Amino acid sequence: MADPERPRRSTASHRVVTWWLVLGILALAIFPAIAEKFYLQLITKIMILSIFALSLDLLVGYAGLVSLGHAAFFGVAAYALALAAPASDAPNLWLTLPLALAASAVIALVIRALVIRTAGVYFIMVTLAFAQMVYYFFHDTRLAGGSDGIYVNTRPSLEIGSIDLAQDLHFYYLVLAVLAGVFIFLGIILRSPFGRALQGIKANEQRMRALGFPTLRYKLAAFVLAGTLAGLAGYLAAAKEGYVNPELLAWHQSGMVLMMLILGGMGTLFGAVIGAFSYVLLQEWFSNLTKHWQLLMGSFIVLAVLVLPRGLAGLGQSIALRRRSSASSDDVEP
Amino acid sequence: MEWLIQILNSVQYGLLLFLVASGLTLIFGIMGVINLAHGSFYMIGAYLAFSLAELTGSLWTALPLGIVLAFALGLVLEILLISRLYRRDHLYQVLLTFGLILVFEEMRSILVGDDVHGVAIPALLDASLPLTENLSYPVYRLFISAVCLVLAALMYFTIQKTRLGMMVRAGASNAEMTQALGINIRWIHALVFAAGVALAVFAGMIAAPVSSVFPGMGNQVLIICFVIVVIGGIGSLKGALIASLLIGFVDTFGKVLLPELAGVAVYLLMAIVLLFRPAGLYGRP
Repeated sequence: MADPERPRRSTASHRVVTWWLVLGILALAIFPAIAEKFYLQLITKIMILSIFALSLDLLVGYAGLVSLGHAAFFGVAAYALALAAPASDAPNLWLTLPLALAASAVIALVIRALVIRTAGVYFIMVTLAFAQMVYYFFHDTRLAGGSDGIYVNTRPSLEIGSIDLAQDLHFYYLVLAVLAGVFIFLGIILRSPFGRALQGIKANEQRMRALGFPTLRYKLAAFVLAGTLAGLAGYLAAAKEGYVNPELLAWHQSGMVLMMLILGGMGTLFGAVIGAFSYVLLQEWFSNLTKHWQLLMGSFIVLAVLVLPRGLAGLGQSIALRRRSSASSDDVEP
Repeated sequence: MEWLIQILNSVQYGLLLFLVASGLTLIFGIMGVINLAHGSFYMIGAYLAFSLAELTGSLWTALPLGIVLAFALGLVLEILLISRLYRRDHLYQVLLTFGLILVFEEMRSILVGDDVHGVAIPALLDASLPLTENLSYPVYRLFISAVCLVLAALMYFTIQKTRLGMMVRAGASNAEMTQALGINIRWIHALVFAAGVALAVFAGMIAAPVSSVFPGMGNQVLIICFVIVVIGGIGSLKGALIASLLIGFVDTFGKVLLPELAGVAVYLLMAIVLLFRPAGLYGRP
């Protein structure tokens, strides 16, 4: 409903964002030098989930489409890799990745075509239901191992020089490169006329239609693009774990990624990444504390909704705004 | 005769789903809240039936106790949490109730454990009606259908014919105006939410003897109920009833005719309905 008013992006804040981006990438690039194997794998997982959260941010934060079925695209691409991989050789990344992305894109296109006119709460329920349909498809049929799932025996090979993705370190840098690529790609998309139109649709769809924008087509494009990027994350997840099962498509996964987005603050690309990091680290912390970590996580989510209406990023933003408004005069809205 | 059994099973399953889906659609229609935790209430009901029946010795004493507990739980939840969601975006409603699911599931795991349980059919109804020489139908399933029908009729009567129902309908169409006319809309909302919880818990309790009691049962029912609400049209009780029966038939016969695709069948039905009626059968577009 009430869309938090974001400060206008000036060139100054644009420069700040770029600095943070460079800093973040540098930190993640240096990280393996000081990290143990466990943390290397953990951060790899978090970066993959960051890509997943970024893809949902495009949908929820910018196009205003709240989807509770985003895991379907993630899972479909993971399954595509598992099914396309040869039994013993390493699958070629340049063949399997486009296939997996295409699978996610097609599923997204079909689902969106079926729910083209639904919005709001209908959209939430329908995306959930269709994602569940995909879940049951993989769960009940023997096509891909049913509820047991299947293995991806070897990691995909990049076929470039001496890069060996089977090594966790090489795989880490691949994921980092993809994350940075997706971040920059979305940053460019959102600044393009297409991205501006999407944000216009989120703010006031009728006005955009009156201005002559084919809003349904814009939303379709956003949905397919978000689905495809979720597929990219799913592909990497399957390659990392070497194992795929229906839980990847389950609605808990969809709920989790939505939670990451809220936690970090939606509508800011950084928020998606911060959300993925804080969610997974929180989960690690809780599960170290107790075997019943879901109780803590659930209570945390409930509390976060009640006291952190705009996520961690929103918290930071309002602190910054308050500081600025108390420092300068009175023209900044708190 | 085999078919008759399947038809009776479909009706029984459909009516049971209606008890859960009606609460979901009412809570959305009246308060505008999308409640993901609604399936958890069904799960809580089944586990309540299991624990209370063990504690008190019979399902008959467990039922009223469970309903009272459910109503109280509903009131507490509405006052503490749900009422804070009325004016907020659906996104936050989804998240808060998603968090509640995690809490409920883990509480269940701590208090009762993760095992699958069975609940005995009460002795009074533990019989079978012979249909042919070697086919018979359990009386308890007929009892479920009858109880659900009575409850559906009661719900219709309360909402359409009583003063309370009138206030509920007024509140659904314009909460502020109703408030201005001197009706305490806060209480109406709490009441509707608690009634929805009680219905779902009750459904879980009477279903416990026929479907076993297991950890994931809440989510399974929740998503089927979403499908029902989408097919029937959000906020429409009549739509929910018709859609529940449709789903009951599609699911039961799907399992008999195409066991491999039974899980997918109900979603296909939803897709077909959405193609022709994007707002559901009885929804306002």
